Amino acid sequence: MAHHAHNDAHHGDDHSHGSFKSYMTGFILSVILTVIPFWLVMEEVLENPTATILIVTGFAVAQIIVHVIYFLHVTPSAEEGWTLTSTVFTLVVVFIMVAGSVWVMFNMNANMMPAHDMTVTGAEAPEGMGSGDPESPQ
Amino acid sequence: MSHVTLPKDGAFHLPEEPHHPEGASTMLGFYIYLMSDCLIFAVLFATYAVLGGSYAAGPGPKELFELDLIAVNTAMLLFSSITYGFAMLAMQRHNSKQVIGWLLVTAVFGAAFLCIELYEFHHLIHIGAGPQRSAFLSAFFLLVGTHGLHVTFGMIWLFTLVFQVRKFGLTSAMQRRLGCLSLFWHFLDVIWIGVFTFVYLVRMV
Repeated sequence: MAHHAHNDAHHGDDHSHGSFKSYMTGFILSVILTVIPFWLVMEEVLENPTATILIVTGFAVAQIIVHVIYFLHVTPSAEEGWTLTSTVFTLVVVFIMVAGSVWVMFNMNANMMPAHDMTVTGAEAPEGMGSGDPESPQ
Repeated sequence: MSHVTLPKDGAFHLPEEPHHPEGASTMLGFYIYLMSDCLIFAVLFATYAVLGGSYAAGPGPKELFELDLIAVNTAMLLFSSITYGFAMLAMQRHNSKQVIGWLLVTAVFGAAFLCIELYEFHHLIHIGAGPQRSAFLSAFFLLVGTHGLHVTFGMIWLFTLVFQVRKFGLTSAMQRRLGCLSLFWHFLDVIWIGVFTFVYLVRMV
C-alpha cells in the first residue's frame, strides 16, 4: 500500500494522455501498416499465398500493437500497470480460445471425414456407424 | 478464524484506507469491460476461423468480397480514430467548441463506415448470399455485424456526449466520459484490424 502515500495527491489523473505528436505517430504508422497489406493482396504482389498470409498477419499484429500503445495508451506505467496486466491476460485467453478452437475443429474434421468404405452397402457395415440412410442395417 | 470488525459508520472501506476521488477507477473498470468485450470478439473470430471454409456449395469470399470497398471502410474508421484523438487533445486544452467539432467529424466518418457496411450487407443479401446461405456467411454476418452494432452504439454514445458537453461543459465527469468513449472507439478500430485482415484480406489471397 506504500504507493498510495505519494500517489494520493494526483489520483484520478494518472491516466496517460496522448499528445498531438503521439497521436500523429500512431496514425501515420497505422496508415502504413494498413496500406501495405491491402496493396500486397489487391495487386497480388507475391507469388506464394502462404507468404502473403504470413506477412499480412504480421502487419495486423504490428498495427494492433501500435493502436494499443498510441491510441489506447496502454503502457507499463498507465493505471499502475493494471491495463497492461489485463491486456496481457486477455491476449493469453484469446490465444487459447482461437488457436484451441481451430486446432480441435481441424482435427475433428480430419478424423470425421467419411471414408469411402463407410457408405453402407451391406451387413459388414459396423454397427452404430449408419449414416441415417433408410437402407442401413439396424 | 479471522475476525473483521465492520466500521460503525457503515463505510465499505477500512478507515486507514485513503479516500479515492469519485470516478478514480472508472477508466480502469471500463478498460476491463473492453477486455471482456474482446473475448466476445475472440469467440466470433474463432467461429469464423472454423466455419469460414463451409460454403455449402454456395459462393466463397472471392466471389463476394470487394476489397476496394473494404479499403475505403478501413480508411473511414482510421480517420475517425485520429479525429477522436484530436477531440481528446482539444479536451486537454479545455476547448469545448473544438471537442464538439472533432466529435462531429468523428461521427461523420463513423456514419460513412456504417453506411458502407450496410450497403455491403444489403448487396450480399440481395444477391442471395445472406446469413442463412452457408455456415461461412452465418459466421461472417455474425462477426462483422457484431462489430457494426458496436459502432452503432458508439455513435449513439458520441451524440449523447456532444449534447452533454454543450450542456455541462468539460467538467471532470465529462472528461471521464469522453475518455471512456475514446477507449471504446479506439478499441473498435483494433477489432476492425482483425476483421479486415482475417475476414477479408487473408481469404482473398
